[in-house]
Amino acid sequence: MSSGAIVVESHPADTLLRAERLPHILCPGCGIGSVVHTYVDAIAASGIPQDKHVCVSGIGCSGRAAGYVNVDSYHTTHGRSIPFALGIATYRPELHVTVISGDGDLTAIGGNHFIHAARRSVALLVLCINNFNYGMTGGQAGPTTPLSAMSRTTPHGCWERPFNLPFLAQAVGASYVARWTVLHVRQLRAALIHAMNKEGFRFIEILSPCPTGFGRPNDIGDGISEMQNYLRRCVVDNGIDLRQTDIDLTQQDSPIYVGDFVDVDRPSFRPQVVQHAH
Amino acid sequence: MTPATAPAIDEHPRVISGDHFMLGDHACAEGALAAGLDFYGGYPITPSTEIMEHLAERLPAVGGTFVQMEDEIASVAAIIGASVAGARVMTATSGPGFSLMMENIGLAAIMEVPIVIVDVQRASPSTGLPTSVGQSDLLQVRWGSHGDYSVIVYCPSSPQECFDLTIAAFNAADQYRVPSFVLMDEIVGHMTERVVVPPQEKIQRVYRKRPSVPPGSPEFLPFKADEDLVPPMAHAGEGYKVHMTGLTHDERGYPSLTAQTHEKLINRIVDKVRLNADRIVRYELINTEDAEIVVVALGCTARSARRAVARARMKGIRAGMLRPITMWPFPQTVLKELAGNGVVKRFVVPEINLGQLCREVHRHTALPVTRLNHPGGAMITPDQILEALEA
Ligand SMILES: Cc1ncc(C[n+]2csc(CCOP(=O)(O)OP(=O)(O)O)c2C)c(N)n1
Ligand code: SF4
Ligand SMILES: [Mg+2]
Repeated sequence: MSSGAIVVESHPADTLLRAERLPHILCPGCGIGSVVHTYVDAIAASGIPQDKHVCVSGIGCSGRAAGYVNVDSYHTTHGRSIPFALGIATYRPELHVTVISGDGDLTAIGGNHFIHAARRSVALLVLCINNFNYGMTGGQAGPTTPLSAMSRTTPHGCWERPFNLPFLAQAVGASYVARWTVLHVRQLRAALIHAMNKEGFRFIEILSPCPTGFGRPNDIGDGISEMQNYLRRCVVDNGIDLRQTDIDLTQQDSPIYVGDFVDVDRPSFRPQVVQHAH
Repeated sequence: MTPATAPAIDEHPRVISGDHFMLGDHACAEGALAAGLDFYGGYPITPSTEIMEHLAERLPAVGGTFVQMEDEIASVAAIIGASVAGARVMTATSGPGFSLMMENIGLAAIMEVPIVIVDVQRASPSTGLPTSVGQSDLLQVRWGSHGDYSVIVYCPSSPQECFDLTIAAFNAADQYRVPSFVLMDEIVGHMTERVVVPPQEKIQRVYRKRPSVPPGSPEFLPFKADEDLVPPMAHAGEGYKVHMTGLTHDERGYPSLTAQTHEKLINRIVDKVRLNADRIVRYELINTEDAEIVVVALGCTARSARRAVARARMKGIRAGMLRPITMWPFPQTVLKELAGNGVVKRFVVPEINLGQLCREVHRHTALPVTRLNHPGGAMITPDQILEALEA
């Protein structure tokens, strides 16, 4: 205490985070903490009681998000956060269920659940923390790893075409689609609050730095450098045709389009209630 | 299903009390409804599809939730999700789908979420004989997911038992907060027989224990077990702000990745069934009082065995039968008693697989065990069992 450090008694997020679980396990410079913070901030501003929010995650660094938020939270199996959340959201339609997970979790092993939940318009807000790799297992390639990027399983550069997630989400029926980076805190917060109060399957891709798994092998440097690198390319275009929102990191100046791309009314999937079967 | 006293056209009671001539699969579905099924998530597969189709019709009509999922992995994930939100839940499948369910069975076990899974066994492995009988998931149902955990498994041998034991499975899942199973086989699932559905008030429902303190009470620890080793369960949206994870966790539910926490947690989730086994175990004994040869058989095979034992008796052979109704926990105490009573000389184990039940029988006795196996596609007949008794 003699160092002159300011010690605060409380923090506005204290009741929203599981303070007793801090410090978290994430690497310095990781973007996941920022997403968690923006999410709980949006919970507080959502107008929905905290007790009616539920957070579900899969497995991965991003999947650890559920462990830090002070709402009913479920850390499930790899790829299965969406069907698990479907069980909660369809059985208790008054709850507001948010899925927070990684690009690998949601779009590789969980890709089938993703497209079907969107097709059904399940009442879920799905946040995909896209760090372009499998962070937790040490930096392997996944379905969002950009062409030519280096990873532990693409030591000669990635040669598979990655997903354009906003385009995918729109195509399969999401009522809301946005893409922001962890540096767009205010835009992300606004998107979250808006999406929390919408029906249907809502999807936000959040580009996030992973200095350990992605920054290092690609000579991007630390988390801040990685984000500055993205931010330089970011172009906000809410109305863009989503066929054009592929992310190409091979071209130094190719844009990364961000924005609130899709916002349509689509009623949530509700279990069928039959009064008289005949 | 043709109710003898058909309900009025605009009535859709949850419990169709009365006498019925009913398919085993439908009896299972009706048992689930009678047990208070709230949420069904499933994916069609022979020979279990009739359960799903029946519930697609019946469940929404009684206010429940029916969802056809995209696969069996999603089916189990969805029912676990609905269960943490407070629902009584079930899914039904057969071999290939059952294999897909394994990972999340482990999740239900370590999160201690009550779920009921029906597996109508068919001839396997892989796609095998999709429409024909098998009994080869006896060990998979116990050990299929990785790691140590405990389950409760009922094996009906008639449509009546499909009804009764599905109710038992719901009650056991909730009471012990475990995945519980109704392990049927194609013959029993596709057989039509008399099923008596009791009056609603005669059907006992056991529900999971619930927290005794209000949300926000610091003394509430979601994974602190009572003396019966089972913790009370708080549901999503009630304000308890629980955290549940498939990682090894402490009493708060928080990840605690140490060998000590792991030892404590895993021993408890195994012991809560192991130490209560005498209360859970069910079996039927036929003519074992003076039996020298005891057949151990379950499911449809027990039906052949029953006939074989009766015929053997007529021929003067002192035969009897032990029919495990719970495959797991296995009725090992009674088996050991029989083996040690000085009268029994030999066991005969017919089963539609190449030796799963007999493996368990062997574990509990040094007496000779005669195996009678078929890999699937056909029942083992009374004649074959009789021959083994005469040998
Ligand atoms: C069924 C299964 N397969 C593989 C794994 C190993 N695994 C854990 S996390 C992970 C990838 C996580 O990547 P992502 O979802 O992008 O999350 P990140 O760590 O990058 O945030 C993998 C493959 C697992 N836990 N379960
Ligand atoms: S490996 Fe990457 S995603 Fe995981 S905590 Fe470290 S920086 Fe974050
Ligand atoms: Mg990732």
